[in-house]
Amino acid sequence: MSEGVIDEMCLAVPHTIEKFLGENKALANTGSVQVEVRTDLLDSVEIGDTVLVHAGFAIEKLEKDDSIELRALWDEIYQYAEQSHAKVR
Amino acid sequence: MPNRAMQKSDKKSNPFKASFTAQHVIEAIGQRISKPLTFMEVCGTHTVSIFRSGIRSLLPEELSLVSGPGCPVCVTDQGEIDCAIDILDMPQITVATYGDMLRVPGTKSSLSERKSEGKDVRLVTSAAQALSIAENNPEREVVFLAVGFETTAPATAATVLEAREKNISNFSILSYHKQTPPVLEQLVQDPDLKIDGFILPGHVSVILGHNAYRFIAQKYKIPCAIAGFEPMDILLAIADLVFQHANGQAVLHSLYPRAVRPEGNQKALSMIDRVFTPCSARWRGLGEIPLSGYMLKEEFSSFDTLLRFQITLTSPPPPAGCRCGDVLAGHIRPLECPLFAKRCTPMTPVGPCMVSSEGSCSAYYKYNRGGESPWKKSHLATEVADD
Repeated sequence: MSEGVIDEMCLAVPHTIEKFLGENKALANTGSVQVEVRTDLLDSVEIGDTVLVHAGFAIEKLEKDDSIELRALWDEIYQYAEQSHAKVR
Repeated sequence: MPNRAMQKSDKKSNPFKASFTAQHVIEAIGQRISKPLTFMEVCGTHTVSIFRSGIRSLLPEELSLVSGPGCPVCVTDQGEIDCAIDILDMPQITVATYGDMLRVPGTKSSLSERKSEGKDVRLVTSAAQALSIAENNPEREVVFLAVGFETTAPATAATVLEAREKNISNFSILSYHKQTPPVLEQLVQDPDLKIDGFILPGHVSVILGHNAYRFIAQKYKIPCAIAGFEPMDILLAIADLVFQHANGQAVLHSLYPRAVRPEGNQKALSMIDRVFTPCSARWRGLGEIPLSGYMLKEEFSSFDTLLRFQITLTSPPPPAGCRCGDVLAGHIRPLECPLFAKRCTPMTPVGPCMVSSEGSCSAYYKYNRGGESPWKKSHLATEVADD
């Protein structure tokens, strides 16, 4: 994303909430850049939360990447990737 | 190959970060694919990530990816663009919008050209910024050109609510927001399009949750995977769709749990419901789709630019020769458009798919002008070469 321009409209960038600036506004950090973000769309936000920011608004908190579906998928991937290696060996 | 002890340890700690895991996923895809399959990545940000990371060049020959109508700038209808450009002829008008919209060619001009003629066109990164412009310039009528899907609509809704709360009366919106599920339903019913699986947009899903798309798998028996935007997220989604075919399944899997909750973002959804009501919307290349747009509810009608200035949208034809509509509908790839990389380039775009950085024409131009992949001699590339 270049300064002042949303290059990719569905892009949402993870930011860490650093400080509240009044109702529904917070200062958030993404790497080396600090920006003001709106928090209207989330029920509760705390300092230190990592949130996805889209078009100036935090749209969701990020959590650990885990689910039954992902675990099952990884298991299947490893099963078939290992078969592939066994054939080569 | 890394040793097996290291594989297990990395696999346990974080498979997304392990350098060899992409190779494993690609190998597993190769093992499991047994027939030609075409998957559609719906979101423009996915399209760009796929090109940027070179994923296409790693996939087996039987597997094709086609870009969908998930670039909000691209699907904005020509009449909608013309309206935003023409309204600048009215006195004291300021038009504010997101960056990519500025260069989209209208029938006679573009917002960017009008700006260079001295009209007041502002580039904003948030709807809230457009409202600030109105608040700080009470003598101007500020029109916010609101484009985007379910990800962006809640921000516009929050801004309209704020405008009403602050009693800012010189602010209105052209609501060109669009909804994703209705357009996907239209695509799966298209007899000229055969989609074997959908890579569903991660950030739209953050708002909508899982259930909004379940009908695609349940009613149309097409496998679906909600995906994040890192290259590994996308590879996993492709693997999941291939595995579903191999296992005889057609279900919806959510592979972006770090951001997408099953129920979506209820607060954002209720914000949309409070301000907007579903309406018919015009999509470039796809025509009018019932209940696929968002219009302001009657109680917010004073913020509706069309009503405030008594404007009726027109239906001009797309630019001559432009095939953006067919690209968005998945009927052709950009390389098949006769204007691609000739009369239509990012510097001199004819259609919006070449303007927006999320547009598939722009992505093909930037990353893939030669064809599908270095070794897949696509018939599309050959056709263009022979042209």
